[in-house]
Order: sequence, then structure tokens, then C-alpha cells
Amino acid sequence: MRFDLKVIASWVEEGARVLDLGCGTGSLLEHLVKDKGVRGTGIEHDEEKVGKGIGRGLAVVHGDLVEEIGDYPDGQFDYVILSQTLMQVADPAGLIRRMLRVGRRGIVSFPNFARLGNRMHLLMRGRAPVSRNLPYEWYDTPNIRVITLADFRRFCRVQGFAIQREEAVISLDPAEGRTVRFWPNLRATHGIYMLGD
Amino acid sequence: MSEYTEADSWGGSVGRVETRFYTFGEAEPFWLECGRELSPVTVAYETYGELSPAGDNAVLLCHALTGDAHAAGYHHETDAKPGWWDIYVGPGKPVDTDRYFVICSNVLGGCMGSTGPASQKPGSDEFWGLDFPVVTIGDQVRAQKRLVEHLGVERLLAVVGGSVGGMQVLELSLRYPEMVRGACCLATTAEHSALAIAFNETARQAILADPNWNGGDYHGGPMPDFGLAVARMIGHITYLSDEAMRRKFGRRLQDRCAPSYNLEADFQVESYLRYQGRKFTARFDANSFLYLTKAADYFSISQAWGNGSLVAAFERAMARFLVVSFTSDWLYPTAQSRDLVKAMKKNGLEVSFMEIAADCGHDAFLLPNHRLAHLIASFLESTKEGRG
Repeated sequence: MRFDLKVIASWVEEGARVLDLGCGTGSLLEHLVKDKGVRGTGIEHDEEKVGKGIGRGLAVVHGDLVEEIGDYPDGQFDYVILSQTLMQVADPAGLIRRMLRVGRRGIVSFPNFARLGNRMHLLMRGRAPVSRNLPYEWYDTPNIRVITLADFRRFCRVQGFAIQREEAVISLDPAEGRTVRFWPNLRATHGIYMLGD
Repeated sequence: MSEYTEADSWGGSVGRVETRFYTFGEAEPFWLECGRELSPVTVAYETYGELSPAGDNAVLLCHALTGDAHAAGYHHETDAKPGWWDIYVGPGKPVDTDRYFVICSNVLGGCMGSTGPASQKPGSDEFWGLDFPVVTIGDQVRAQKRLVEHLGVERLLAVVGGSVGGMQVLELSLRYPEMVRGACCLATTAEHSALAIAFNETARQAILADPNWNGGDYHGGPMPDFGLAVARMIGHITYLSDEAMRRKFGRRLQDRCAPSYNLEADFQVESYLRYQGRKFTARFDANSFLYLTKAADYFSISQAWGNGSLVAAFERAMARFLVVSFTSDWLYPTAQSRDLVKAMKKNGLEVSFMEIAADCGHDAFLLPNHRLAHLIASFLESTKEGRG
């Protein structure tokens, strides 16, 4: 499992109700359901990934996460997770507000665009950064925006989302990583945030 | 349900099977939703596999409109084709008969062994015909419940069905919520659209317009085969898709190089539909077709269980659900499955949904599809494990 997902999993307590937006093939959900007795549901738009998730015995709904989240009743979940998908969402504030409507807490993770490697890439080569964590060329990326830790904190302040927990991590190898406390916006590859009202 | 099945691609066969019959209601009448009573009631059924000592491995299969109890295996060594869902039901197959006790019954009102308009009236040698009371999907699943109980099953691990069979799955999960652990609804809908009712009505009118139909009283005389064949042709068109028909037939001519300039079946698609229509009359009863299409048209779980609201209807459900639709199904399009899923989500039910890309129309659930096979197998397994 990806390192940022491991961090997210560690934040979810046993038996919680979890909605995983853009759950992919369901590796995080499967871990939460099997090892933590979580009642989990995923939403995924890719047919093949949905098939794999249901194939793992998980409850997965095939559809667009922004639309699908609207159907759940208020407070249906303890956690609503959006891992590394915020960059692809047209209305991030609207989506996070919806997450906090159907869940007590939202957990959001994203690659940090402001990390030193990216800054150097732009500074030295004068080109849009392409890295292991942002592996797309400008013309073929699914990401419609780039996010930095500093930007996200400011966004939460402006929008009124309380950050209840945060972790900046360096994870160069997908499965490995460590927490970074010193100059996170310069050093972290990813930011992981727990939001509440 | 389509006439075609293709060779299976995984697992084995359940082998020789026999249709059996369960009759109930001799002592006390079986009351129908229309207010009339029926007794006795016979249900034709088949079972495959063994019921576990704990009684926790029973899977009920619900057939589509004109299907029957013969879901898997062969009746005779000389049978050209196995049961209607042999691709999915058997040892090692998605509905694994080594692991599950599988039950399939012919619906009430059908003509393949269960009591219906083609049955003889009790204590008489007359056929029911149009004297047969109108049955609903609700009546059909009440009869199914009686059968399941008769077989010693208190709780079903899962109910699986496509099309009208999917309606039975939905009805069972709402009528007997404590009885259904898993509900697998394939290519189905919470209620017929005006389009679906319109096709059914056109098909019914084809039967009613056949002079041999004779007000439903045709037994012993010439059968309304022409009307029934046209009804089947109409139905068959709705089970296919534009793409599937284009691929299968295009505008190719049948056994000729040029148009006949008369009303013969010039095109392959015409010839195919005529063949399917004719073939259908050999195995199906015209009155039964009228009753079953009507039952499907009447079906509306929002009306029956939610006072008009689909969300309210699912308040009573307790099962975990798997809903599957197919991209090219224009009879019960994906939007109708999404309505079901939405109502389930709003009630906090555990639901999985997938729209499978398939270009063969409504009939896709009857054709070999590895993705569907995997979904069904996983759903049954995780329901059994109580996971999710």
C-alpha cells in the first residue's frame, strides 16, 4: 500500500464508517475493512478498478465522485477520504463541504507542488516539473491544478475548514516514507490533512 | 430472455437435472394481490448443489420474463442446450454449485410447470385461460418464499436475477428483508418506464389481434402462434442493441443477391426475427405472455413499499446489494439502476454498483462476461463471509 495511504489508515479507528472517494482498486478500503473492522464504501469512476474493488468483496459504486457523494445522508460516515484526487476536482471547496456533510471528518492528501525538487526543476530547467509524484507532462495530466502545503492551509483558513490533524511526509518510493516536521512546504512530497467543521 | 446461449468458458456442468414440483395451498387458499384466491398452487423448480448443515448457503435464482426453472445442466442426454444460465451456474462457476445450494423456480403465472393460465383449472379438464387471476411480481415472490421454506431454507445467502428476475430480487429484499442477506440485481429496474410498457402493450396487442387467440380460449383449437411470434419479435428487438444488430446483421440479405420486391424476408434481420418468433411459439403460451408482461408493467417498488418514494421503499431493506447495468441496455438503461443505487445509498445500505461496458444490449447478463462472472462470484463469497 502507498505510504500516504498507510498514514491515512493509521488515523482511522477500529470499526469506523468510511467513504473512500476515488478508491481505485480498493487497497486502502480492503486494509481498513479486514484489519480494522471498518464499514467501508468506495466510489470509483474507472470500470476496471471498480471491478477489482468489488472483486475484493468491497462495496464500491461506479460513478463520478462529485455526483455520487451527494446521495448519502448527513453524517453517514465517520471519515470521508480523498487521497491524491483533489488536484483533479473542479470545485475543491464544494467537494470538501460535501465531504464534511456526509462525514464527521474529511481526510485529504495531495502531492506538494512546492517541494524543493519541483522548485529546482522549474528554476534550473525552466520547464513544468515532472517527478515521481507528479509524473505527468503538462499536456497529458489529469490534474487541473497544483497544490502546495502552504496554499492548502490558507485555503482551509479562508473556507473555514478546521485542520484537526496534519502530516507532511517525504515518500519517494510509493510504499516507503517518513514524516517531515522541519520546513515541510519545501521538503515534503505529500501533505495529508484531517479536516472537520 | 434471449434464445441464444454460447458455450461456457469456465467451470463444469451440473450434469443431468430434473424439474420437480411443489404444490401448496390445498388446505388454505393462496390469496393474490388482485383480491382473488388460487388453490392449489404448483411451483416448478430445480435445485443444484447441497444445502449446508447450517442452512447458510442457499442462493435463489430468479429467471427473466419467459425463462423457466431450468437454469443449469441438461434434462436429457440429447438436449441441444443446457439451462438458461448454465454459463454462470455449476461447479467452479460464479454461482458455484460445489459451495452453494442453488434454487430456481418457474414463476407463478408462467407456463413452464408452475400454475398459470395454461394450467388446468382444479377439478376440471378446462384450461384457465383468461379466467386465471392476474398475478403480480409480489404474488410470484410469495410463492417462491413458500417453495424456499419447503426446501428447509430459512434465510437465503443471496437472491440473484436479471431483468424481470431482478424485479423479483428487489421485491424479495423488500417484502422479506430478514430473509435475504445478499441481493444481486442485474440489468433491471425499480419500475417499467413508459417505453417498456409501450413495448409490452404492443406485444400484447399482437396476440390479442390474432384471430386464433379467440378471447384467450384457444386450447384444443388452432393456437395464436402468429400473434405470439410477433410479440416475441417485438420483445426480442428490445433485448438487443443497435450496435449488436448492426454487427450481427447489418443490411445483409438472406439467401439472395438482390431484393425480392415483395414482402418476403429479404434482410437477415427479418429472417432472424421470424425464426425467433416461430421458435418461441413452440415453447410458450400466449396467455401466459399476456399475464407475465402485465405483472412486469404493474411492478413498482416505490408504489408498493414507499408510498411513491423509492427512497422510502428501501427503508425496510436489510440486504447488501450488488446492482449491475450494461451500457447498451436501452430497455432498462443505467439511469434506472442508478436510481436504485441512489435510494439504497440514501438509506445507508451497503451497495455496490457497476455499469459494464457491453455492446449486446439488455441480454448482456445472459452472455459470457468475465467481469460479470467475477462480480457475482465475489459478491456471493463476501456475503457468505459476512464481509463488507
